[in-house]
Amino acid sequence: MLSRTADNLFWMARHIERAENIARVLDVAHRSALLPLDIDGTEAYLWYAPLNITGCAEGYEEKYGLARCKDVSYYLALDPDNPSSIYNCLRMARENARSVRGAITSEMWESINSTWLEMNRRNVDMPEDQYPEFFEWVKERSHLFRGVTLGTILKDIALSFIRLGTFLERADNTARILDVKYHILLPSVSDVGGAADYYQWGSLLKSVSGFEAYKKTYRDVISPQRVAEFLILRDDMPRSLHACMNEVETALISINGNSGREARRLAGEQHADLHFGRIEDVISQGLHEYLSLFLVKINLLGQEIRNAYLSRRDVYETQTQVLLSAQAQ
Amino acid sequence: MNTKPKSPIFDEMNADDGSLRDIYQNYAQWLKEMPDGALQRKSAEAELLFRRLGITFAVYGEAAGSERLIPFDVVPRIFGADEWRRLETGIKQRVKALNAFLHDIYHDQEIIKAGVIGADQVLKNAMYRPEMCGIDLPNQVYAHIAGIDLVRVGQNDFYVLEDNLRTPSGVSYMLENRRTMMRLFPELFARHTVEPVEHYPQMLLDTLREAAPYGKSNPTIVVMTPGSYNSAYFEHAFLASQMGVELVEGQDLFVHNQKAFMHTTEGPQQVDVIYRRVDDDFLDPLAFRPDSALGVPGLFSAYRSGNVVLANGVGTGVADDKSTYLYVPDMIRFYLGETPILSNVPTWRLSESDDLKYVLEHLPELVVKEVQGSGGYGMLVGPTSSKAEIEAYRLRILNDPANFIAQPTLALSTCPTLVESGVAPRHVDLRPFVLSGKEIRLVPGGLTRVAMTEGSLVVNSSQGGGTKDTWVLED
Repeated sequence: MLSRTADNLFWMARHIERAENIARVLDVAHRSALLPLDIDGTEAYLWYAPLNITGCAEGYEEKYGLARCKDVSYYLALDPDNPSSIYNCLRMARENARSVRGAITSEMWESINSTWLEMNRRNVDMPEDQYPEFFEWVKERSHLFRGVTLGTILKDIALSFIRLGTFLERADNTARILDVKYHILLPSVSDVGGAADYYQWGSLLKSVSGFEAYKKTYRDVISPQRVAEFLILRDDMPRSLHACMNEVETALISINGNSGREARRLAGEQHADLHFGRIEDVISQGLHEYLSLFLVKINLLGQEIRNAYLSRRDVYETQTQVLLSAQAQ
Repeated sequence: MNTKPKSPIFDEMNADDGSLRDIYQNYAQWLKEMPDGALQRKSAEAELLFRRLGITFAVYGEAAGSERLIPFDVVPRIFGADEWRRLETGIKQRVKALNAFLHDIYHDQEIIKAGVIGADQVLKNAMYRPEMCGIDLPNQVYAHIAGIDLVRVGQNDFYVLEDNLRTPSGVSYMLENRRTMMRLFPELFARHTVEPVEHYPQMLLDTLREAAPYGKSNPTIVVMTPGSYNSAYFEHAFLASQMGVELVEGQDLFVHNQKAFMHTTEGPQQVDVIYRRVDDDFLDPLAFRPDSALGVPGLFSAYRSGNVVLANGVGTGVADDKSTYLYVPDMIRFYLGETPILSNVPTWRLSESDDLKYVLEHLPELVVKEVQGSGGYGMLVGPTSSKAEIEAYRLRILNDPANFIAQPTLALSTCPTLVESGVAPRHVDLRPFVLSGKEIRLVPGGLTRVAMTEGSLVVNSSQGGGTKDTWVLED
C-alpha cells in the first residue's frame, strides 16, 4: 500500500474517533451542568475540563477568556477556527477519505461524505438545547462509519491502518478523560458514596459508555480506584487502555513488514505493561504520573508508526536508498 | 398558416417537418406518459445522488476547495446504430492518423519532408518536445487516451471541433451518468436496447497493460493525479478504483537508476505504466518546469530510457494544437491513404494576412479561439458578445494574431433538455473517448455536453454547461 494512502486512512480513522470523543466529553459536561454543585465559579470549574481533555484550553482562553458553557460548547463543537473542533475533525476526516477514495469502499465514502454534508447544513448558531441531540448525532455517525467500515472493507492492510488510527486515538482520549476528571473529582473524595459523588463518577463512566458495563462487572458502588482499574486495565472494556492497546498491537502485527520493528516493540511493551499491571501499583505511582507517562509513550508510538509506514521522502528516502543498494548487491 | 420560420438548426429528436426522428419514437412516447413534475422530481433525485457520491469538480478562481456539481440532464441523447458506426469509423481513423503523425514528427519527419505540413508549424510549435526525438514507444502509441470533440449540424454532418490528446477528462461523467440513468429510469432501459458503456475502465486497463515497457505481462499500473484540489480529482480517483490500481501523487513516486518506484508501506515498488493526469510541464522539475511541486525528479529520464511508460506520452500537445488541427485531414490522407470520414470545421488562421483581414471584418459572426486554449476559457463567441467585448478581443488579436484561429459560428444541433420551463431544445456536443493500445477501442457512446442557457453555444462545464447520458441503440 502507498505510504500516503496508509497515512490518510490512519488519520481518517483518528479524526472520526476524535470527533466522537469530543462529543462524549461535551455531552457529559452538559449533563453534569444540570447537577447542583456548590462551589464558587461552578460554571468555569466544570467547563475547563473539556478544554483540558481536548488540549484546547490555550486557544479558547485567547478567544473567550473564562470558560462558559455556551462558548466552550461552540468552540469545541462547531468553531471552524478551532483546528480540533468536531466540525474540523469531520472536515479533515472527509478530506482524508477523499484523498484515498480508491482505497476505501464506496459505502464508507458515502457515509463520511454525507456526515460532512449534514454537518454543513446544521445551524451555526445552535441553541444550547440542541447540543445534546448534536452530540448523539456525532456519536451515531461515528458508530455508523465504523460499522460500515467493518461490514464492507476487505480485511487487509487498509483495515489494519484504520484500526491503528482508531485505537491509538481512543487510548489517548480515554487516558486524557481519566486524567482530567480524576483530578477534578478527587477533592470531593471525602464524601465517597455520597449522591454527588455517585453522579460525578457515573458521568465519567458514561462519557466512555462504561456505566452499565461497570455495574455489570463490579455490582457495587462506584469507587475511584475501581473506575481507574476499569478504564485502564480491564481488557473486556472496549474503551479501556488495555483493550485499545490489544487492538493496536494486533494491527501492527498484521501489518508486519521489514520496517516498523521499533513500533511493534513499543506497542508490545505497552501492552504487556497493561496486561500484567496491578491497579495498586498504578495508584501508588500516582495516577496522574502513570497516565502522563502513558500519553508520552503512545505519542512516541505514533511517531514510530509514522516513521516506519506513513512518511515519505524525509526519513524514508535514506532507508530506500539503503534497501535498494542492498537489493542490487 | 404556419408562420414558424424554418429553423436551420438540426434537432436530435424532431425532424425539420416536425415529425419525430425514428430513434426517439420510443422515448417520446414514454415522455408523453410521464405525469407532470415527474421529470423534475427525478432530476432533483439525481442531484442528490451526485452530491452524495461527491461527483463534484472545483472551479478555478473560486475559493480553494469549493466544489460544484455539473448539472446533469435527465433527458438522454440518442444515436442510432448506423449513425454511430459511421462516427466510430471516422473517430478511429482520425486517432490512428494522429498517433502516426506524432510518431513521425519525433522520428523521420516524413510529413515535413513531403511538404504536407511546414517545418515551422511543427518544430517551432511551443508544444513540440525535441527531447522526445528518437524515443521508441511501445506500439508507437503516443496518445493512449484521446477525447475527440464533435458537433453535429445536420443529419449526416458532423464536424470535429478539436482533438484532445493530452489529458482529456470527462469519462467518469459518461459512466456515472449512465449509472444514474439506470437507477432513475430502469423502465426506460427495459424499453430500449442501449449499448453498454460500463466496461470502459476494463478497456482502459487493457490499453494500459498493452502499453507496458518490454511487453511486460503483468505490469504495475498507477494513475497519477495532481492532487485532491484538481478540478478532475474525482475522475482520477474513480478511474483508479474502477481499475483496481493505486492513485498516486508526485510525492508518492521517486526515480532510482532510471526506474520509477512508489513509496509503499512495504518499501519501494517499481511502477511500469503511469496513467498520468498531470500536464507535461509539471511532470518532472528536472526536465520541464523547475518550480513544479507536482512532479517527480528524474521521471522523464526514466521514461526516455524506456523503463516506465507514460500515458499519454510526452509531447502530444503539438498534435492537438488548434493550428495543427487544420492539417489532420491531410495526415489521414498522408499516413493512411484514406479519405477523411469526419470533416474539420472551416478555420481561418490569423497568422495569414488574408484570413486576418477577413476575420477582423467579421468578428461579430465568428468564434475566435486561442491556439492553445482549452476549457472554453479565453474565447470569443461573436454573435453573443457585446460590442465592447468584441473590441477588447480585437485588441488582443492584433497584439499577437498568430495566437488565434477563427471559425464560423456553427449551428450546433439541439437536444431536448429539462430546464425550468419544461423540456426545451438546448445545444449539445459530443466527446467520445478513444483508447489506443495494440488496437483502437472505444465504447459506444461518450460524454454529451449541453449548454443549459437558451441559445448558448458554450457547453464547457467550467462555463456552466451540463451533461447528458449518451445512448447508442442496438440494431
